[in-house]
Amino acid sequence: MLMLANALGESQLDIGTAGILALLGYAVVFFGLILLMIVVMIVGKIFASKAKKTAETAAAAAPAAVPVAEAPKPVAPGSAGELKLHDVEPKTAAMLMAIVAEKLGKPLNELRFISIKEVK
Amino acid sequence: MINVGDILLKLWNESGFSAVSSGFLNGGWQNLVMIAVACVLLYLGIVKKFEPLLLVGIAFGCLLTNLPNGNLYHSELWTAFMNGEIGYGTILHDGGLLDIFYIGVKAGIYPCLIFMGVGAMTDFGPLLSNPKSLLLGAAAQLGVFAAFFGATLLGFTGAESASIGIIGGADGPTAILLTTKLAPRLLGAIAIAAYSYMALIPMIQPPFMRMLTTPKERQIKMVQSRTVSKSEKIIFPIVVTIFVIMLLPDTAPLIGCLMLGNLLKECAVTDRLSDTVQNAMMNIVTILLSTAVGATMVGSSFLTVETLSIVVLGVCAFILSTVGGLLGGKVMCILTRGKVNPLIGSAGVSAVPMAARVSNLEGQKANPSNFLLMHAMGPNVAGVIGSAIAAGFLLKVFGG
Repeated sequence: MLMLANALGESQLDIGTAGILALLGYAVVFFGLILLMIVVMIVGKIFASKAKKTAETAAAAAPAAVPVAEAPKPVAPGSAGELKLHDVEPKTAAMLMAIVAEKLGKPLNELRFISIKEVK
Repeated sequence: MINVGDILLKLWNESGFSAVSSGFLNGGWQNLVMIAVACVLLYLGIVKKFEPLLLVGIAFGCLLTNLPNGNLYHSELWTAFMNGEIGYGTILHDGGLLDIFYIGVKAGIYPCLIFMGVGAMTDFGPLLSNPKSLLLGAAAQLGVFAAFFGATLLGFTGAESASIGIIGGADGPTAILLTTKLAPRLLGAIAIAAYSYMALIPMIQPPFMRMLTTPKERQIKMVQSRTVSKSEKIIFPIVVTIFVIMLLPDTAPLIGCLMLGNLLKECAVTDRLSDTVQNAMMNIVTILLSTAVGATMVGSSFLTVETLSIVVLGVCAFILSTVGGLLGGKVMCILTRGKVNPLIGSAGVSAVPMAARVSNLEGQKANPSNFLLMHAMGPNVAGVIGSAIAAGFLLKVFGG
């Protein structure tokens, strides 16, 4: 095997051999990454089902108390409504909204942001 | 009585100016040309900002090695090393500063440490949330094998063709590691080609992205991927390490270091180590790697037709890798009935995060409200794993 590799490495390959090796190499890369994709998908499914179970258990354990409806908070004049922030600091949210407005080329008061969530 | 004349004559005879003028036709002109090349590279790095963190070091290494009588790097020592006539001990004893730096390249230490830093700076979340991105990372390795084939047709040996082909992986450390093992005499040219084209990605890729996609395809907005839990991010580097190295043991140095770096970042109990790997270590290794690689650009071995061929084949490799990724993206677009924007395919060429940024920019040109960056990061980091697998395959076939 070692001798074969050395012979291939040190000599000029004919077109047929080079073509076969190129195709084989490309196929090996696909094979490796497809297998990895399957593994990642399986791991992802396991975690997704675990998260679902945890959520269901938490929901079942929660008291069936009727949530008290919160009175709607007054919004600022000219505002498009309330923005929900999930794990995002208000400062970061303000910066993100400014960037989006800048990228879209539209004034901030013409855009409506509904929620900002950090993707972990 | 001191003979001032003799001292001055000795100083002149041992100076670089004397060496260049007396041996002008016997290699001296090559030194001058390489000094000019080094200055051009310094200009590109400093003024044009082409991958400056690496190009400045490479260019300065090239400058140092081509200054006559500097004795910082001895290519003849490395030739003897390659022939098995001497070992690292002799190089440490007889070599110059850059010879000693180069030991880290030759032993494959620096590229792996760089990979560790890359791993510590990479977020595999986008890849985990959309594992199909891995297919685009694979498709974008087309240029590696097409350039390998092309190099073979141009008369390069199998090992040299493999080293030239890996430029298409758009991954500097991988290219350096593979070339050091398979075709060390081509290292300077291949490293320069790889890093220069990586810097030129915003210019190389967009014309082909526009050529191979329709305006309608470029406007496709992709929906937000699922949220990836912290546990998944911790398990991922461990799974990849076991899985990929079991499949291709030759990828162990690269994949092992990449995933160790990533685990240090994600596990959240080694923050100090992660910080060191990302910053201090990465910076130190970058200085050593870049100057050592630049030192291999000795005029006599660099100013050849081969170098020109490598430059041409390198750009072809980059273009074909981009095309491969885009075609993969188009296939995914068709199979998902228009849910995947084919532009993210071109990010599969590695070059993290430059290629993903280019996909995002092109998407925004077609539709200003299109944000493809996170979607393109999936194929982008998949490309890093893909190019490591490609290198592992080539190493197995040609390296023994």
